[in-house]
Amino acid sequence: MNKFTFLRSDRSNIQLVLITGTFLITISILDVFLNSFFRLNLISFLPSKVSFLTPFIIGMIGLNLIRIEYSGNKFLDILNKNINTSNFNAALTLLIIFLIFKAIPPSLSWMILDANISGDTKEACTGTGACWTYIKVWFRRFMYGMYPNEQHWRINTAFLLVIGMGTFGLFATEKMKKFLALYYVVIYPIIAFLIIYYLISGGYFGLEWIETGAWGGLSLTFIVSFFCLIFCFPLGMILALGRRSNLPAVRYVSIGYIEFWRGVPLITVLFMSSVMFPMFLPEDFFMDKLVRVIIAITLFEGAYCAEVIRGGLQSLPRGQYDAAKSLGMGYWKMHIFVILPQALKLVIPGICNTFLALVKDTPLIFVVGLAELAGMLALAKTNPKWLGFAMEGYIFAAIIFWIICYAMSKYSYNLEEKYKTDR
Amino acid sequence: MSEAIIKIQNMNKWFGDFQVLKDINLEVEKNKKIVVCGPSGSGKSTLIRCINRLEEHQKGSIVVDGTELSENTKNIEQIRAEVGMVFQQFNLFPHLSILDNCTLAPIWVRKMPKKQAQELAMQELEKVQISDQAQKFPGQLSGGQQQRCAIARALCMEPKIMLFDEPTSALDPEMIKEVLDAMVNLAKGGMTMIVVTHEMGFAKEVADEVIFMDEGMIVEKAETKEFFANPKSDRTKLFLSQIL
Repeated sequence: MNKFTFLRSDRSNIQLVLITGTFLITISILDVFLNSFFRLNLISFLPSKVSFLTPFIIGMIGLNLIRIEYSGNKFLDILNKNINTSNFNAALTLLIIFLIFKAIPPSLSWMILDANISGDTKEACTGTGACWTYIKVWFRRFMYGMYPNEQHWRINTAFLLVIGMGTFGLFATEKMKKFLALYYVVIYPIIAFLIIYYLISGGYFGLEWIETGAWGGLSLTFIVSFFCLIFCFPLGMILALGRRSNLPAVRYVSIGYIEFWRGVPLITVLFMSSVMFPMFLPEDFFMDKLVRVIIAITLFEGAYCAEVIRGGLQSLPRGQYDAAKSLGMGYWKMHIFVILPQALKLVIPGICNTFLALVKDTPLIFVVGLAELAGMLALAKTNPKWLGFAMEGYIFAAIIFWIICYAMSKYSYNLEEKYKTDR
Repeated sequence: MSEAIIKIQNMNKWFGDFQVLKDINLEVEKNKKIVVCGPSGSGKSTLIRCINRLEEHQKGSIVVDGTELSENTKNIEQIRAEVGMVFQQFNLFPHLSILDNCTLAPIWVRKMPKKQAQELAMQELEKVQISDQAQKFPGQLSGGQQQRCAIARALCMEPKIMLFDEPTSALDPEMIKEVLDAMVNLAKGGMTMIVVTHEMGFAKEVADEVIFMDEGMIVEKAETKEFFANPKSDRTKLFLSQIL
């Protein structure tokens, strides 16, 4: 038959094939590993182009050899089923492993091994790696913006209070559960606003007044995101219901609103809010820039929320409306107890998407002179004493944004699981 | 002769240009059981959906329990509370447990205290023999169990009239019996019922009158025995010969 039968792997020559295959794969991966971590080239005797391709070819042969169906070896079966189903998948597997090995040493050495964190001037950074000293020195600025150092406890206390109030729902007794929605939609935002206004802004109770222009850094990211999130959700809900209303006036106003705000870029909305909007206000009427920005983002994101929620409403079968109506429920009872709970459950992934986008849109408020985390970075990197550390700053910001966003999406998965009632 | 609880006079309904119901005249007395049958597309479901105004009629009048159905939303909500309805697709609320499905409307529409509503719901669930499933969610129940729960949910509002819109059409054959049994029990309890169904066995057993509809009109309306023994119109004869 075929003279290459010794290359054909099946259960008869499994021992031999398995040993050879594993050996080849080990060689191939080991070569790349040594090459990338220790700069050793085992096959340097070959021409450079060949030596570049050799580990890949050896690995492919190895993976090809161990591809045996129903080998009876549990580990081997799992391997074959998941990463070694065909030559194409084997190639992808190898390339990914190589890529990881190639990428780890440089990033590791830049971020940790060759990096500096000691000292507090630019001169402390002598290594070829990252200069985390820069982040350390500027850390308070990145967190609190231009807010005076000795007053930072006010921001911390305010945040702790607001978070504490947010966990109230966990301790609510059966009797209070009824009012929980009311609490979170109306009372909580108002109290949170008052706490942040009086404690962080100050001017009362002997607290020094600190204008919002000085707020900044991560705390400002949190403040803007927090208020926009809790306000834009109810707004979106009302708009979504409005767009499906039977009353023409309500419906057309909702459609007009949604289409208008979805049609303009956020950056122009922010410009308008801070530059144009005050011109239309009476002379003696003053509204803080931060408040204007929060309102602008809320109105903007509310339109997106509305469309996401409308998608959920749309997907409910008509039978649910019929059933609720046939039990004598009116419009509001029907929506509050039957329609919205189901629709909102369906749109948790979509809402999470919108909220993540919102959090990542907050750096745009830089254009009106408010410097949240990314804004502070932009300021810090142009500081003459600290030129040339943009990379460190952006990686730091990326990590922080990633943590925030990952936490949010994790939370949304939890919510999905929690409210899963079908099957 | 007792007072008619549902009075429909010269009722007409259009879907766009298409006339679904033509000059319907119907009176239903208290405690009577009416079965409506007919080929699909004949307007049976639309007729009973008009009775609690899930569909609007365009001409004529419908008076339920002394109140005329009109644009007045308060009236409609009151009437709907008095008229229970069971659907072909069950339409249970999937996000609520069986017990909560049953107590939702009594608590929020009837303003019943929660405890009392739960006791009532358990009684009704007992009657349709699914009280042991009370804490489960609709998705965990079989079709027959879901439909019986839907009947219990409607009964928790203590309605004066019950409407059934093909309650067994979406069920497996072996589940049809358990739902029909629940309906027979309800009928024996003296409820006023209008049932759209193809189950002629059920019609023979409990119905006082049978209505045959075709092309949006009531073709024949007769006492049950009379209807099956000697139907008058040819259309009815044809229909009966096909399904019996």
